[in-house]
Amino acid sequence: MWQRAVDWLVYGQLGLSAGAPLGSALDFFIYDTAKIFFLLVVIIFAIALLRSYFPAEKTKKVLEKVPESLGNVLAALLGVVTPFCSCSAVPLFIGFIEAGIPLGVTFSFLVSAPMVNEVALIMLWGLFGWRIALLYIGSGLVVAILSGLVIGRLKLEKWVEEHVYRIHSGEAVIETLTWKDRLQYAWGYVGEIVGKVWPYVLVGIAIGGLMHGYAPADFLVKYAGPSVWYAVPLAVLIGVPLYSNAAGVIPIVKVLMEKGMAMGTSLAFMMAVTALSLPEAILLRKVLKPRLLAIYFGVVAIGIMLTGYLFNAVLR
Amino acid sequence: MKIQVLGSGCAKCKYLEQHAREAVAELGIQAEVEKVTDIQAIMAMGVMMPPALAIDGVVKSSGRVLTKEQVSEIITRQAK
Repeated sequence: MWQRAVDWLVYGQLGLSAGAPLGSALDFFIYDTAKIFFLLVVIIFAIALLRSYFPAEKTKKVLEKVPESLGNVLAALLGVVTPFCSCSAVPLFIGFIEAGIPLGVTFSFLVSAPMVNEVALIMLWGLFGWRIALLYIGSGLVVAILSGLVIGRLKLEKWVEEHVYRIHSGEAVIETLTWKDRLQYAWGYVGEIVGKVWPYVLVGIAIGGLMHGYAPADFLVKYAGPSVWYAVPLAVLIGVPLYSNAAGVIPIVKVLMEKGMAMGTSLAFMMAVTALSLPEAILLRKVLKPRLLAIYFGVVAIGIMLTGYLFNAVLR
Repeated sequence: MKIQVLGSGCAKCKYLEQHAREAVAELGIQAEVEKVTDIQAIMAMGVMMPPALAIDGVVKSSGRVLTKEQVSEIITRQAK
C-alpha cells in the first residue's frame, strides 16, 4: 500500500522514470522516510508505555535476589525494557554495585541496555524486516550475557573506583503512576527521541537513497563480502565513534548490504555503533579504573566480532 | 518548602528544573528551588534514574521530565 502510493507520487505525478537513478533514489527516499517515521512514533510510544512498568529501581530489586548465572540472563533481558540513557549509566552502575549485584551481572545490563534499543529495532524492522530485527535482538542478548559472564569470572572488583563502594544509597522509592502519567510519559518520550533522531534519519535515508540509485550493484563484495576476513574488525572500529547515530547508520547499512556487504559484518557494525560509545566510556571512567574500562570494551568488541564472523559463516 | 531537582546536568534535568521554577512562579508560593548535581547526594536519596524531583527531602518522581502542570500538582498536594 505504502509502496503503491509512493510510486504513484514519484513516477505518476512527478513523471520520473522508474528505471532512472533519480526516480529510483527519490522513490526509495520518500517510501523509507514515511515508513520509518510512522514506525518511530507508534513503536516508541508503545515501548515507552511498557517501560513505565519497569523502573530501574524495580530492576535492581529483581537482580538483587537471583543467583549470579541467572542474573546475567535476567539483566540482559531487563536491559531491553528498563529505560536507559547514557546519562543514567553511572547512577545505575553505582546503584547496582552498592546493592550487592555482582559486577558481571551489572555489565550484562550495561551492554544490553544501549545495544538492544528501540530506535535500532524500529529501523531494522522497518528497513530489513522482522527476521533481521529478531536476529539482532537475539545476538545482542547473547553478547550481553556472555560479556557479563566473562567479566564476572575475571574477578575485576578491585578495578572499580573505591569511592563507589563508599556510597550508601538511600531506600529507593517506586512511585505509583496513573494511566494519565504513563501516557504523558510515553508522549514525552516520543517527542524526545524523534526530536533527537529525525535529522539523522533523513540524512541516513538520503545517503542510502543516493547510493541505491547511483552506486553500481555489488561494488562492495570485493571489500566487505563474506570472504574478506578483516571486514568485521574494521566495521567494529568504524562503528565505535558513530554512537547515538543508529538512526542514521542503519539506512546506510541497508544499502551497503545491497551492494555486497556481508550480513555478519553489517550486524557487527550496527552492534558496535549502539553498544560501544565513546561518550559513555568517558562517563563510566568516573566509576571504572582505566583497566576495567578497557577490559569491558575489549570483551564486548570481541563478542561483537565473533557474532559477525558466525553470521558470515552461517548465512552465506 | 524546599524543591530539589536531582540530576547530573543532562538536558532532561535542565527541563525539569525549568518546569519546577515555572510552577513555583505560577503558584506564587514561597519555595526554594535547588539543583542537586553531586552524584553521591543523588544516590543517597535513592535515585538511580535522573532527573528526579524531591520536596522537603522526599523523592516524588524519578526518571521522568514532569510537565509544569505535574509539578504544580505535586506541590499543591504536598502543601495540603
